[in-house]
Amino acid sequence: MLSMLVKRLVGAIPTLFVIITMTFVMMRLTPGGPFDTGRVVSPEVQANLMRAYHLDEPLFQQYLRYLGDLTRGDFGPSFTSKDFSVTQLIRQGFPVSLELGVSAMALALVAGLGLGTFSALRRNQASDHVVIAFSMVGIIIPSFVMAPILTLVFGVTLQWLPAGGWGDGHQLSYKILPVIALALPRISSIARLSRSSMIEALQMPFIRTAYAKGLPRRLVLFRHASRAAILPVVSYLGPATAGIITGSIIVEQVFSIPGIGRYFVDAALNRDYTLVSGVVIFYGCIIVLFNLIVDVLYGVLDPRITRR
Amino acid sequence: MRLRCSAEINESPRYSRESGNPAGGVDPRFRGDDERGAVIVARRLTPAALVMSILLACLVTTLSFVPVAQASDGIVLRRGNAAEPESLDPARSDTVNASRIQDDLFEGLVILDADDRPQPGAAESWTVSSDGLTYVFKLRPGLVWSDGSPLTAEDFVYSFRRVVDPATASSYAFILFSFQNAEEIVQGKIKDLSKLGVEAPDSRTLRIQLKRPTPYLLAELAHAKFMPVKRANVEKYGASFTQPGNLVSNGAFVLEEWTPQARIVVAKNPKYWDAANVHIDKVIFYPISSPNEELNRYRAGELDVTYIVPNAQIDTLRKTLGPELHSNTQFELNYLGFNLTKPPFADNPKLRQALSMVIDRETLVEKLIKDGAPAAYSAVPAAGDPNYKPAKLIWSSLPMAERISKAKAIYAEAGYGPDHPLSIEFRFQTDEDARKVVIAIASMWQTALGVKTSLVSEEFKMLVAHRHEKQLTQVFYDAWVGDYPDATTFLDLFTSGSGENDPGYANPKFDALIAEAGKTLDVAGRASLLQRAETLLLEDNAIIPTYNRVELFLVKPYVKDYRPNPCGYTYSKTVTILPH
Repeated sequence: MLSMLVKRLVGAIPTLFVIITMTFVMMRLTPGGPFDTGRVVSPEVQANLMRAYHLDEPLFQQYLRYLGDLTRGDFGPSFTSKDFSVTQLIRQGFPVSLELGVSAMALALVAGLGLGTFSALRRNQASDHVVIAFSMVGIIIPSFVMAPILTLVFGVTLQWLPAGGWGDGHQLSYKILPVIALALPRISSIARLSRSSMIEALQMPFIRTAYAKGLPRRLVLFRHASRAAILPVVSYLGPATAGIITGSIIVEQVFSIPGIGRYFVDAALNRDYTLVSGVVIFYGCIIVLFNLIVDVLYGVLDPRITRR
Repeated sequence: MRLRCSAEINESPRYSRESGNPAGGVDPRFRGDDERGAVIVARRLTPAALVMSILLACLVTTLSFVPVAQASDGIVLRRGNAAEPESLDPARSDTVNASRIQDDLFEGLVILDADDRPQPGAAESWTVSSDGLTYVFKLRPGLVWSDGSPLTAEDFVYSFRRVVDPATASSYAFILFSFQNAEEIVQGKIKDLSKLGVEAPDSRTLRIQLKRPTPYLLAELAHAKFMPVKRANVEKYGASFTQPGNLVSNGAFVLEEWTPQARIVVAKNPKYWDAANVHIDKVIFYPISSPNEELNRYRAGELDVTYIVPNAQIDTLRKTLGPELHSNTQFELNYLGFNLTKPPFADNPKLRQALSMVIDRETLVEKLIKDGAPAAYSAVPAAGDPNYKPAKLIWSSLPMAERISKAKAIYAEAGYGPDHPLSIEFRFQTDEDARKVVIAIASMWQTALGVKTSLVSEEFKMLVAHRHEKQLTQVFYDAWVGDYPDATTFLDLFTSGSGENDPGYANPKFDALIAEAGKTLDVAGRASLLQRAETLLLEDNAIIPTYNRVELFLVKPYVKDYRPNPCGYTYSKTVTILPH
């Protein structure tokens, strides 16, 4: 187990290296630089800026410098939030995205699994169709439609909850709408996944065996069937959780939430080389980590998968 | 939608109840009675228990964020403030939204009133020498920083030198170029910062030495670049000297909290010289980049003032929130630029004139923009420079029909016609409002002259890069906001040496007039030289002025005296909030 973990972590290094290099190259190939604001006046001023951020050096030297800084855990200064370093920005934004993401994922898991199982057990009955319809709606309506609708209904019209913002970071009321907006599409995906895998699992021979042994239905369902049924959900969870905790671009934008999701877009538009690289590398690490967790969980949940 | 949401919420607890495993998921039979205990226990975790434990973990996380009791904040002004400021360091910021926060945190020698006229700020008075090259400012007595230490003329000297210091790499350093030696210092030709034309003969006197007369210097001094920063803190904290706890300032407010992308809170500075007349205790700036979301939060009662309103909703807002809707004419020109260095527009002023004449600007502003923006026939916007009356395109008063028939003739003279139509690319920034305007203009060209236009929408930085290179561009859309209330902030753009001269306009006569105006002290004489230059620019049809922007924003009825001026300066210290 341990050797597998070590092997996987070491194996992630080349992946991350490729990510770092590609981000570096792609950002610099894009026309326009971080300081082309449409009104940089004299070439001297431009030159001073480039020098201050080492952008006047040959590309390869910049690349080496960047790698060197990275090994020291330094993502460099942000070009667009000049008063903060990229590390500071990620350190400030990540807990927010993490908190939102974990809460939304928990909600999605509970509701999604619940609905999926419920639906599988009442297959082709009216209630099953209702659940399927609901989850279809959840999948089709994109967050950039759902989030503003939630804001308009609960924030502007009913005024039950804040229409946006993050308050001082400790007020629960600011978190409810974004968590729901984030969770809805995932509830749908999980419900659909778990419904179909539950239906499949219920037809497996070992379920028949379990019934034949005289086990009560509750045990058959929740010890035997659900274990097999949850596997597809677990493999969905890895990347989905990694995605959700590194922030949703749309939900963070619509609710003005200070997470790191919006940096992906803003930073790229502003050619904030270091911030883009920083969040992409960070995201890469999280993805690698969660895929690893999923693999471990897989082994735990399904005895048929041997760990090597 | 709401119905389905609640259905989903009702379902979830039922699942947990059904799956409830009192032992927390671990079957007692397997607890610790096996050599591989831990692994086996883990293996026997039921999915339900897994979910339960994740849920439990979340509950704990959430509970640790229980709302804390809110201390009374006193009188608070909540302002929408567009995007996250790139910096609060006066030397290194360059956007209007950053300067709106800086206007509250810092105070320069002068401030601008609602009509862009300079008023005493940290300086109580000043004198100007007869040649217009030396300005002497007297600071108010007893000025202190927010930490209580004295604020002296030497602090201003340090701060001005810091802006031109190449190591600071201020993108706005050019605003000091009228100072003796400033340009040379920025260029690295002079290394000694003390050669900059600013000195402090005593702690309350500041002398500025210019290399050329600059009639708009006083107004310029209200810009953030001329705000003082405290040397000790800059040297101690470096780039992070503007973070809460590190920042010492001299304005009506001090920085209390800065959560990037969420909010910036400034609190009343009791050490400010005019603190007795500051009537609010706190200002909260929210960086909300989408006007729609900003409007939602205003309507939900979470903002007292918006930065802007969504263009598409202007009609509705006039009906529903009419009395709260305010407008501020900007010192801003929206125009189309031609690439004058390449065909078809190089050496073809008639073609350019024909395209300019057939644009029905009145229809544009009334039917499309609808926020009360004035149509533009000048290179310099009418609002902004109190001493200047802009020149106008000579045909601007002709009725539209006559303009079109004349334009057709000119278009033919330029070598084009129905059999040989002009076919061009029109580049603009990816933005809904810009797109509407651009489409309308292209269709006006098509209807009147049969011009074939292909629209190329580009992401902003890409567009700027292309405009600067002058290789791909033919016609492009641009907007320019004046940096200081003087006509030259627009006219200087089109001098042949200007880095921002995207059309590539080069007319020695124009350059000479601008240079001569730069040496002229007499206000009226200078204005007439500038006017001649502007007339030349317009006659050459180097650009097509389209309209001047008006900024619409919402202010709650209980907020009094919130007044952004045409240059965009806004001071929260003038605001009062009535009980509501």
